[in-house]
Amino acid sequence: MSMLKSLMNTARRRSPWLFHANAGSCNGCDIELVTCLTPRYDVEQLGIRLEASPRHADIIVVSGPVTRTTCEALETVYGQVPNPKVVVALGSCPATCNVFAGSPTVVGPLDRILPVDVYVPGCPPRPDAIIAGIAEAAAILAGDKPRPVHNSSQTSGEGGR
Amino acid sequence: MAILRAAIQMLLFPGLVYAVSASFFMLWLQRKINARLQGRIGPPFYQPFFDFVKLLGKQPIGRPMLQGFVMTALPVAAVAAMLGAVALLPVLPSGAEFPGDLVLLVALIEVGPLLAVLGGFVSRSMWGELGAAREAVMTAVYNLPFLTALIALGWTSDLSISKLATTATWPVRFLALAAILLCLPAKLHLNPFSISSAEQEIYAGVTTEYDGPRLALWELAHGLEWVALAGLFAVLSVPLPGVADVWRILVFLAISVLVVVLLSVAAASTARLKLAQTARWFWLWGLLLAGSALGLTLAGI
Ligand code: SF4
Repeated sequence: MSMLKSLMNTARRRSPWLFHANAGSCNGCDIELVTCLTPRYDVEQLGIRLEASPRHADIIVVSGPVTRTTCEALETVYGQVPNPKVVVALGSCPATCNVFAGSPTVVGPLDRILPVDVYVPGCPPRPDAIIAGIAEAAAILAGDKPRPVHNSSQTSGEGGR
Repeated sequence: MAILRAAIQMLLFPGLVYAVSASFFMLWLQRKINARLQGRIGPPFYQPFFDFVKLLGKQPIGRPMLQGFVMTALPVAAVAAMLGAVALLPVLPSGAEFPGDLVLLVALIEVGPLLAVLGGFVSRSMWGELGAAREAVMTAVYNLPFLTALIALGWTSDLSISKLATTATWPVRFLALAAILLCLPAKLHLNPFSISSAEQEIYAGVTTEYDGPRLALWELAHGLEWVALAGLFAVLSVPLPGVADVWRILVFLAISVLVVVLLSVAAASTARLKLAQTARWFWLWGLLLAGSALGLTLAGI
């Protein structure tokens, strides 16, 4: 039993698949995330894959300060990802709303809507930092690292169609 | 003795054990070659296996009972059909061959795309339906030359695979195999014919709505499809009458891997075509090759 469990944990550590949700980002963070797939950084070595469908993903990477129009979509996508899942906040925008703070169309920061597990700070963060953040998220999936404590006002993730 | 041989063939080689391990290996090889040609290092050797285990450990999203059942049954059936197809490959003479086993093998191979089309429609996702519709059209497009080539090969041998490998003449064999090789990328959803899976363009196509263990089964079925089609090409390409079993196995493995390398290189160096272009390509060049093979067979050459 414990061998099966450790095999499962290894598999979760070695095969984190991402879904990228853009919640009103300026595109800076999105470009840096795609940079991770290029030959220079090549995250496929770590088993990381950018998936097109949230149903296939383990990690939701959110960039942008969460605008009014993307808020509901984020909750839907969060429900569509099967458990166990981890949310990574990419860049300063989802952490603090950054330069968009105070805008009437922004409802962020992200932790008001989803339980954020890993923050990758920077505007935009360097690809190295993004890869480190994804590795941390994979460690949470594998149970190597405890999940941070979340408040209860966020979505429970049971909603998806 | 015959029962023992049949059991070995079903469970060990080329059946269950070989089929599953080879499917992980071929999925890895394809990704690795793709990465190397793009100047990347690519995934580690165990990657498809860990992907599979991880997907098995995810909790599927709750669905209405009937839909959940159908969405599980379809990939299970696809895996079973592909396993059956691989186990039917006459790598070693088993004494259990029967005339017409080619028909059974082709039917099992064709069940895969059929179930994928159904799977796309029952998932009730727009992207799944789009992928399924494209897959259905693609089946009609590539199967015309594929089946014509197989008929040309099997015409003189009661449609029996093991006899066919020795009776087909070289000109017929050459043309028919060229036509089959042309169809393989389309059957495996590879570039330039990756129209039905078209990743990112229509999300994940047929598998868009499949999560966790269900997706793992589709991935396994896809890997087994690689093993079955590469293996089919291998058993059809070189006749080995009266050769020791070890050599038969080695030649079979070598040709299978060669086919995977060839298809992966072609996939990495091309871009996706449109459906109309694909149809024109198959119905012109594919049918030309397969049709001339059939013509030569009928003329007795
Ligand atoms: S963190 Fe900076 S780069 Fe990233 S989306 Fe916000 S403003 Fe753009």
